[in-house]
Amino acid sequence: MGLSLTRAAQWTTAASGVDKLAPTPMNESLLKEVLCFVEQFSSQHPQEAELVFEEPLQWSTTLVASDFKTDYDISDLDVQSPEKDNEGRPLLQLFPPTVCVRSFSQLSKLVKLADNKKMEEVQACLEGEHDDHRLKFESDLFVQLPSFPCSLLDYVFSNGCRAPPWRQVLNEICYLVIEPCDTETLYITCSTAGVFLNGQTSDVFEDIGALLKSTSPHFAQNANEQVLMQMQLSSILYSLLLSFYVLSYMHTFLHHYLRSKVHYYIFFFVCSKTPAGSVPVDTFSESSSESEEEEEQSERRPESDTDLPSEYWQIQKLVKYLKVGDQTATVLTLCAIMDFNLMQETCQLAIRDVGGLEVLINLLDTDEVQCKIGSLKILRKISHNVHIRRAIVDMGGLQSIMKNLDSPVKDLKALDAETIANVARFRRARRTVRQYGGIKKLVKLLDCVPNLANLTAEQEKDVEVARCGTLALWSCSKSTNNKEAIRKAGGVFMLGRLLKSPHENMLIPVVGTLQECASEEKYRIAIQTEGMIKDLVKNLSRDNDELQMHCANAIFKCAQDKQTRYLVRQYKGLQPLVSLLSKAHNKQLLAAATGAIWKCSISVENVTKFQEYKALETLLRLLTDQPEEVLVNVVGAVGEFAQIPDNKATIRNCGGIRSLVNLLTGTNQALLVNVTKAVGACATDMDNMIIIDKLDGVRLVWSLLKNPCADVQSSAAWALCQCIENAKDAGEMVRSLVGGLELIVNLLKSTNNEVLASICAAIAKIARNEENLAVLTDHGVVQLLTKLTNTTDDRLRRHLAEAVGHCCMWGSNRASFGDAGAVAPLVHYLKSKDKAVHKTTAMALYQLSRDPNNCITMHDRGVVKVSRCAV
Amino acid sequence: MSNMSAMKKRLIKTLAESISGQVELFNTAEVECLIRDYNERLGEPTSPGKGAPGLDRVKFRSILQNTFGISDDIMMDRVFRKFDKDNDSSVSTKEWIEGLSIFLRGSLDDKIKFCFRVYDLNDDTLVSMEEMYHMLKNCLPGLPTKEERDEGVKDLVEITFKKMDRDHDGRLSFSDFEQSVKEENLLLEAFGTCLPNFKRVEAFEQRVFRELQK
Repeated sequence: MGLSLTRAAQWTTAASGVDKLAPTPMNESLLKEVLCFVEQFSSQHPQEAELVFEEPLQWSTTLVASDFKTDYDISDLDVQSPEKDNEGRPLLQLFPPTVCVRSFSQLSKLVKLADNKKMEEVQACLEGEHDDHRLKFESDLFVQLPSFPCSLLDYVFSNGCRAPPWRQVLNEICYLVIEPCDTETLYITCSTAGVFLNGQTSDVFEDIGALLKSTSPHFAQNANEQVLMQMQLSSILYSLLLSFYVLSYMHTFLHHYLRSKVHYYIFFFVCSKTPAGSVPVDTFSESSSESEEEEEQSERRPESDTDLPSEYWQIQKLVKYLKVGDQTATVLTLCAIMDFNLMQETCQLAIRDVGGLEVLINLLDTDEVQCKIGSLKILRKISHNVHIRRAIVDMGGLQSIMKNLDSPVKDLKALDAETIANVARFRRARRTVRQYGGIKKLVKLLDCVPNLANLTAEQEKDVEVARCGTLALWSCSKSTNNKEAIRKAGGVFMLGRLLKSPHENMLIPVVGTLQECASEEKYRIAIQTEGMIKDLVKNLSRDNDELQMHCANAIFKCAQDKQTRYLVRQYKGLQPLVSLLSKAHNKQLLAAATGAIWKCSISVENVTKFQEYKALETLLRLLTDQPEEVLVNVVGAVGEFAQIPDNKATIRNCGGIRSLVNLLTGTNQALLVNVTKAVGACATDMDNMIIIDKLDGVRLVWSLLKNPCADVQSSAAWALCQCIENAKDAGEMVRSLVGGLELIVNLLKSTNNEVLASICAAIAKIARNEENLAVLTDHGVVQLLTKLTNTTDDRLRRHLAEAVGHCCMWGSNRASFGDAGAVAPLVHYLKSKDKAVHKTTAMALYQLSRDPNNCITMHDRGVVKVSRCAV
Repeated sequence: MSNMSAMKKRLIKTLAESISGQVELFNTAEVECLIRDYNERLGEPTSPGKGAPGLDRVKFRSILQNTFGISDDIMMDRVFRKFDKDNDSSVSTKEWIEGLSIFLRGSLDDKIKFCFRVYDLNDDTLVSMEEMYHMLKNCLPGLPTKEERDEGVKDLVEITFKKMDRDHDGRLSFSDFEQSVKEENLLLEAFGTCLPNFKRVEAFEQRVFRELQK
């Protein structure tokens, strides 16, 4: 959860290995704070309470369906809120014992329902997921600390900053008023540079704790080192998204240490974004890899000054020399700093804490090449630390670094690019690189011919510069806008040329960048048309796991395209892909290789080729004991392989059916989509179907219709079509699933066309059994189907017409369809351009025409004329 | 007059051929350019008849400062002495060109040798701690008091000496220096700037060799 909570709360690890909140007084008061905050939030901030979290809160609850009142949708043990987010996910969802909550209003409601168990619920919620990403708000929510006597100042600006715009230019974030007992009221400004008393901008403190210590003797006396450490809010303030826990926490400790001795009140508002500063904020959309990023991380700090390691004092002294020395002293001092273990966090943070970063960055703006080189040799190492990279970006250091990319000194350029590669590991840094023209400069560095037989010393340096430039682009390429910027700067051609390099240390960043960028279609086309598939295939066979992984990933992403799949086969890339499956210990590599096999196997010719290398048998062995990112791809591939009849028997003979059915009980939605697809494909073989049925596979697939994900629902419904079609006694099988028919009819209320099409197809199959059709009819299938008839989606029309046709064959359904108004829209379907729609529509109209009233409607709507056109 | 200049030209050519035979890093045409540049800088001898003909200490120091950006007093004197191989207090044409070959085209090995000889103030093939201290004594001008400056320089000398004395024999020999620089090139000019930087070299070559580039 929030950084502050992680720091403040005292965790213990229970015997089960799950982190628990320790039963300490500190934690108890923290819990009470949180509870009080949650309870009051939706009444005090009704608008904010409706904002949807980026990620749901999820925990194991003791609540059960019966605890929820009628304003929830309850079916059996599961509960959903009628309120949904943009993607149709309920804001509250209970699959016992797991509960998912996506907004504060739902959390408030739940806590109220929990009644005397509410403390336990809040605690379970905190314990449930306390990684750093959970509680992000989607928009510029600002949270006001509720339990403080606070009053709104004036207006909150749309970017979430409290400060008026003309003050934001000065990097000011918010203003506090604290009234200590022993001095006059303090009016405090928090800015990105630190905290200061209004009017005394020369005395900037690192955080509120330091400021209070110097102004309030009482505070200084009572607050120990640990408190001060924990009070370093300023760094949190300007670098992190603040969750309400920060505030609760701040309240807790202020209260704890200043209790009753100090009057204080705080106007405190929080930005959900980093303050805009002077850089224009542009819109950013980022690729998937962005999410796993280090946006928030806590920092280990020594408990007090006496614990500071000796390195700290030595580095402090050396940084002083840097400030006062001439060029010779500066170079000697830089060399002395290089002798410390710069990969160690103590040294990295020591350099920052004594003001070393500013000095190192300033050196980059001088004219002294040696000093710049020395500075970069230090920066490229310490920037492996996440806090250092943030600090560098916060002080505008990236701009100074980028200035040296044009230098005529090649060593300098290479070091410079390498440093950028380390710094640009988070979004804001990547954006800065782009906004200050860094991408173009970096692409220019790639200009060299890497595969000459004999390189001169200068040419070798050019290659090294290109390698470092590629490393930097690789880091930058994790942002979508940067991918486009690289392309526009001519980077694709340059990367293609570097792809000819014989050296692995060059190939890894080159292919790494390419596979990152292959998330974009323009890159996929370019990779194919610039002839890079050949080189990617070639490098699949190099004995280097990382390189092989990136090559396989690139093929994974590009092989969505038919021509690319053909090229991979042409260049004999299929066999090396199968060989990679033997490196099963390296899961990342295995995920990439299986992904590539999956996408390549979409072409039947490739499946045939794969079979020469016994790919399917190997894949089937990977259906158990693998991480989900591997399983998704393996199952995807099995689903494609199963399109060929011979392979269906192979899957059965290798025990693949059982493995697949076992996977139906999982929770990973991408995996479930692929598993249902594979099961459906296998079910087209009668012998397979017998096994599926025996293993209760149909029931498992059917229960996935309850999954909240639309893709899973539709994939499951398509699989059901195959199962019903090929089962021996399909009617009896369907009837044996209690509540199954009601479930399927209810899904006709879905808003997703793919779900609707798949459900219609399934209904058409089910309706072939008269008894089951009777049950469907009882559940109102006629009305629900009729409601859908106005759709313009041809795929849905085709299956809808089929369902209508089959549902006609019971009781008075023909007349009911007519009364409900299904006939007229169906006639209209004959104008569709899709032949498949005509076919099923004709069948439906034939069935409907057996009711005379329907014939009249058809005639009125000009069915004869229209069907002539359709023929 | 034309006879004079023709003769001068021939003389320069002969001299250039002889020197370029000994200095590998320049070709004859480049040496010719350098000789002409040298003659221009020499101008009329400051006090005719006295001392050997060539650049005297004053002229040489002014060139180091203005053309090559080397301005520390100790370094300028040391560089002059290392250019002036025959120790006659003036830098002859040949000495000038030999020196420039290190300045402009020297390999890392050449430069390591050169710098070490510059830093070895008493020419005893060792750089002592006292010599270091002497060369670095003004390197922390930003500290407020003389005491702090002395203290800081002493500290920096100790750190550097400890780092570069590879065989831990308490003395900095050529081999110590060479190993240290090979490991970290930034230590080449550890005790003072005594080589021109990249930009100065580029500017000098562009000016002196400009007619060759046409």
